[in-house]
Amino acid sequence: MSTAASALSNFDHAAAASGRSLWHLAWLRLKRNRAALGAAIILGLIVLMVIFGPMLSQYDYSTPHWDRISDAPSLETGHFFGTDSIGRDQFVRTMYGGRMSLMVGLVATAVALVIGVAWGAIAGFVGGRVDNVMMRIVDILYALPFMFLVILLMVVFGRNILLIFVAIGSYIWLDMARIVRGQTLSLRQKEFVEAAQALGVRSWVIIWRHIVPNLLGIVAVYVTLTVPKVILVESFLSFLGLGVQEPNTSWGALVNSGVQDMEFAPWGLFFPSLFLAATLFCLNFLGDGLRDALDPKDR
Amino acid sequence: MNGQPLVRIDGLTIDFHTEDGRVRAVENLSFDIPKGGTVGLVGESGSGKSVTAMTLMRLIPTPPGEISAGTIDFDGQDLLKLSESQMRRIRGKRIGMIFQEPMTSLNPVYRIGEQVAEVLRQHEGLSRRAARDRTLELLTQVGLPRPKQLIDSYPHQLSGGQKQRVMIAQAMSCEPDLLIADEPTTALDVTIQKQVLDLMGELQAKYGMSLLFITHDLGVIAEVASQVVVMYRSHKVEEGPTEALFQRAEHPYTRGLIACRPALDRNPRRLLTVADFMTAEGERLEVPADRLLPQVKRSEEDLARDAVLMEVRDLHTHYPVTGGLFGKVVDHVRAVDGVSLTIRRGQTYGLVGESGCGKTTLGRSLLRLAEPTRGQVLFDGEDVTAADEANLRRLRKRMQIIFQDPYSSLNPRMTVADILLEALKEVNPRASRAEHRDSASALLEKVDLSPSHLGRYPHEFSGGQRQRIGIARALAVNPEFLVCDESVSALDVSVQAQILNLLLDLQAEFGLTYLFISHDLSVVNFISDYVGVMNQGKLVEYGTAEQIYTDPQQDYTKKLLAAIPKGL
Repeated sequence: MSTAASALSNFDHAAAASGRSLWHLAWLRLKRNRAALGAAIILGLIVLMVIFGPMLSQYDYSTPHWDRISDAPSLETGHFFGTDSIGRDQFVRTMYGGRMSLMVGLVATAVALVIGVAWGAIAGFVGGRVDNVMMRIVDILYALPFMFLVILLMVVFGRNILLIFVAIGSYIWLDMARIVRGQTLSLRQKEFVEAAQALGVRSWVIIWRHIVPNLLGIVAVYVTLTVPKVILVESFLSFLGLGVQEPNTSWGALVNSGVQDMEFAPWGLFFPSLFLAATLFCLNFLGDGLRDALDPKDR
Repeated sequence: MNGQPLVRIDGLTIDFHTEDGRVRAVENLSFDIPKGGTVGLVGESGSGKSVTAMTLMRLIPTPPGEISAGTIDFDGQDLLKLSESQMRRIRGKRIGMIFQEPMTSLNPVYRIGEQVAEVLRQHEGLSRRAARDRTLELLTQVGLPRPKQLIDSYPHQLSGGQKQRVMIAQAMSCEPDLLIADEPTTALDVTIQKQVLDLMGELQAKYGMSLLFITHDLGVIAEVASQVVVMYRSHKVEEGPTEALFQRAEHPYTRGLIACRPALDRNPRRLLTVADFMTAEGERLEVPADRLLPQVKRSEEDLARDAVLMEVRDLHTHYPVTGGLFGKVVDHVRAVDGVSLTIRRGQTYGLVGESGCGKTTLGRSLLRLAEPTRGQVLFDGEDVTAADEANLRRLRKRMQIIFQDPYSSLNPRMTVADILLEALKEVNPRASRAEHRDSASALLEKVDLSPSHLGRYPHEFSGGQRQRIGIARALAVNPEFLVCDESVSALDVSVQAQILNLLLDLQAEFGLTYLFISHDLSVVNFISDYVGVMNQGKLVEYGTAEQIYTDPQQDYTKKLLAAIPKGL
């Protein structure tokens, strides 16, 4: 009785004291990576700015000021980033554009994450014919031209921001599924998976408990690489005029209109590009840092 | 020792800078390697023996490594003071090295002939033609069969023993003065090990080289080395001529190391371990007399009285070999090809054979982790092969498996508590979390770990401790039958002895039945009541351990037994 009680207190003590989990170690390593840590901080600042930035300004994102067309940036007027070709405040528009771009990036990546991980893990774990069928479906979807798919969706359902999320997400998950399947195939051979089978654990529990957590390292890295990719794809769509609709905007759309007025109002191009580039850089640095930090070989 | 030694290591100290600060890998190590002689360097993993070998080749990455003190005098020059380009002329040319893992030490994208010839062209400046001729000569010398054909094959087309021969040919190609062999036979079967050891002896005599032989296996050392250096926790603890060392070892660690290896002829009831000879702080202990009582094997009639727990009838497990665009089945690998055997309750059935003989597949087939193609497995009267999903899940809880590799058998993202709780929840889903935790603590105590380890992750444990966790997980579902698949093969001998003792204790306590699969015949002899010998998917011979080891009938069994290093 007393041994059990002391064992239990030991347990609680140990649980509190140790916990040098792989994630904890990864965090320690990430903290030491200056570039990755700096990228994470800048990224955090950008996110905060995008959310709270518009509150600092007296202007809103959609009202044109016909007397202030293409004004240069100035602190006195309160147009910190200047105005666009119909006199809307560029600072607020850049922040709103950032919300849209980051949201597209996160939502589409989340869609890709959920579908891709589930699809890849199931195909890899079950194997055999199921795997064959599932991966051939992926191959077929790969073969469809993406732009064609998007234009088709636009034509059928009309222009809709939700549709952009769906279209990008439904395309991006294919990569994720392939990566996850490959990783699952090697994980399935691991003896701890067999041990779980021998204990009588059900297959879907094994996938959830043993396969998915061990995928997280590679998935986390891939996510940080996918977000910038999605933001770029959205920028591309907006650039073609298939993306967000006025007066809504995104960084891609802002860059597009900035290019048109580049000669006499370079600030219209400069600020959205700066934010877009900074975000992409940060995400890439963070991805690199995560890859190094989560690599178990690097002790 | 006559004249000047070839290598004189003096006061060598090597540090590594890690996240947890400075770690001393080797401290104040001194020993000589005589010209034409063989020195064995013995110690467990982490004792600093491989670091020493790598330092001789100057292959230690600095940083994180740092050679803090000492000299290595090689034929009159201090290796540690040479420039990198001078060192490159010594590596491969005057000091050759053979690594442990023949699978990974050859580059898979080059033909083996090219890999050997590369060294010759680099150091001897031979033409392409001459290098090829010399390579062919070398491959013939190391006893590679059909060298004319194999010279143009890729590493994956060769067996492990053949690859190790190629490695030796590569290391020997420039007739080095010193050959460093870092656990060259650990990954090989006993019969291949014997061939490789014989070959190295021959070549050494022919070319008069010196040999530094590194291993954790004292049995192998006794076969090859005339001098032995024993390392323990970065220090040299003992040194001397092999024979004298085996007979009158001074240091308790050496004595423990010699005693903990199961022998073929006479064994104690429980194996002695290093811990019987010394405390963790290095204090000398007297081995109590009752630890030395000899093992008594039960007689055949007595063994036959126990009830049958598992009966295997004509079991076949074939793996399909697929080919072509649509994965059509073109052939089968007959991993298990018609095996019948009977395992009785409370006994240990030892299964021995060389790698690739199908013993692992057989063990996994019993639990249907590999799907048998034909035949029957009866467990306590129930047909495992015919069981449906639900019945199989129920039956599997009575049969568990302990794996070989303590590194891949535990999920790195789960704590020890989670690992054990997963198993405990399978048998008793309704118990409260506190009850499960108590059971988990009790399990850890059963395998001699502390309950305070529950919150830790697998990577925080040593190989032996991980194997204990694997055993605790298997025990969590109260099984009657355990398949131990090479469960001690990846461990150091001293740790191996502890785990074998633990398995014996658990068997006595819970009346467990084991199927003990191993390629190590002396380990199987120690732990088993019955022994079966497998070759090419078939059971070629079986009987009580005594029958197999004292009176083998089949040539194959005799060959296996003859290949075991005899020790002294």
